Amino acid sequence: MNKRIFDNFKLYLERNKINYLYIGIIILLIIVSVLANFSPYDPNEINITNKLLRPNSRHIFGTDDLGRDYFTRALYGGRVSLTVGFLSMIISITIGTLVGAISGYFGGMVDSIVMRIIDILMSIPSFFIILIINAHFKPGIISVILIIGLFGWMGVARVVRSETLSIKEREYVLSSKLLGASHFWVIFKHIIPNLMSTVIVSSTINVATSILMESSLSFLGLGVVEPYSSWGSMLRNAQEYIEEAPYLAIFPGLLILLTVLSFNIIGDILRESLAPNNTD
Amino acid sequence: MARYTVRRIIQAIPILIFISFISFFIIRLTPGDPVKVFITPQMTHEQIERTRANLGLDKPIYVQYFYWIKNILRGDLGYSFINYQPVSKEISERFLPTIGLMGISLLISIILSILLGIASAIHKDKFIDNLISKICYIGISIPSFWFAMILIYIFSMKLKLLPSIGMRTIGVYSILDLMKHGIMPSIVLSYPNTAILTRYIRARLIDEMKESYVKTAKSKGISQRQIFYSHILRNSLLPMITILGMNLPSLVSGAFITETIFGWPGMGKLGVSSIFNFDYPVIMAITMMSSIMLVLGNLISDICYSLVDPRISL
Repeated sequence: MNKRIFDNFKLYLERNKINYLYIGIIILLIIVSVLANFSPYDPNEINITNKLLRPNSRHIFGTDDLGRDYFTRALYGGRVSLTVGFLSMIISITIGTLVGAISGYFGGMVDSIVMRIIDILMSIPSFFIILIINAHFKPGIISVILIIGLFGWMGVARVVRSETLSIKEREYVLSSKLLGASHFWVIFKHIIPNLMSTVIVSSTINVATSILMESSLSFLGLGVVEPYSSWGSMLRNAQEYIEEAPYLAIFPGLLILLTVLSFNIIGDILRESLAPNNTD
Repeated sequence: MARYTVRRIIQAIPILIFISFISFFIIRLTPGDPVKVFITPQMTHEQIERTRANLGLDKPIYVQYFYWIKNILRGDLGYSFINYQPVSKEISERFLPTIGLMGISLLISIILSILLGIASAIHKDKFIDNLISKICYIGISIPSFWFAMILIYIFSMKLKLLPSIGMRTIGVYSILDLMKHGIMPSIVLSYPNTAILTRYIRARLIDEMKESYVKTAKSKGISQRQIFYSHILRNSLLPMITILGMNLPSLVSGAFITETIFGWPGMGKLGVSSIFNFDYPVIMAITMMSSIMLVLGNLISDICYSLVDPRISL
């Protein structure tokens, strides 16, 4: 089954070669932000004589208001943004998959209670609540990751639940149950492995939304704060200098846009290649 | 119909109480002390405690919650910690600008997405479709605050065409002035929604074109155009109402950011600044207002759906 998915995925990529570009962008961003240490500049080294230099051959993104090399800062910022994106995705996907699978598997009372709770959680203005929590806790990377992760699982749970409803009626699940397997065994050995394709699609989209959410929080000053910086917090700083140094705003914003765009497009290609009726 | 509406409204009440309970405890249990805002270096310990008592913050949280609920039921939202104005007055001043901005943005999204969705579906896989699809991908991926910054840079700073902040020029009360101030916020707020709706409408239209009733109509000799506009389009647009209801949260959270950047004097801006000031009564009021908007929005979209689709009876 996994081979079919992979072949389909390749087929979809082949059909529109530009899609390789998006995968390339993500791989490239991950590599350069991991290798950020190799930049000749220190991201935090202040050099006032060099402040607000336009992009040039020595500083390809220019320098910021404190004379720091903006390209290096963008690399380190990317490291933070991507880390937040991936880790909070892992939190929401784990919770969402477990809750969805359990709710769908047991059905009945459990299911209706869980679904009701999800409905309620979804009508809470979560962005505002996240702002409130973040304002009151000491802002920092860990709390941003936790909060985005803990508020992002409801959609995943819904999708996983409806998928579980159909998986649990299949023969191998029924026969496993007949052989006396425990609920725990059935959920972890049969249900969740078969949910993987759905989960992969949700994860991809979830990284995109988490990165966007982090950037909004950091932009409002309620996410990643000094000494760390993310693309969002760089934009917060850039806002003050937009008139004299618009490039400070352009680069981090473009990086967010490209990253989120790539994850969204890849997520959609995965979704299409996983759909059973799309083998034409 | 009327019975259904009443039942749904009654069902919404426990949900709203539950939301208020969760939000109240989240807000109060997170660290951070609103009294700090009032403390001056000269104050003695007793004075600080008296301030705390005056704000009603010296009692246990559950007692505070019951006081809050009791006051809400009497229509009293409390007083702002910051400027001592009644919260209800603050909110009512901010309500119209927010609803206006959201309404206009929603309208723009609906009209544009129908047009773009039709264009995409008719020219499926052609240049126009690909172009619209790219525009939509950017719409769901662009950080709205960055989009706002770029618009402000181009239209306010460089071209000097539009004002970058506020809702009206001081002393000027013309519709034109209001529109000029509203253009950029409504574009920023409507872009992501337009993108989501367009993608949805396109997919629906393409699915609907494959239905067998389309073949029947074709075989009866009805023109393509007529089939499209009087059958396919009608059937495809109905489910859009549900999607609109589902997308309300993004509109509400979008309003927080958009209003903050453009200095739009609405509830979103008030909400963000109240967070920074630990202004609990205002924070709670804004949370409840947004929740009510979400719950009501879903209710209205369900009712509308049943009104336009005779197959669904409530």
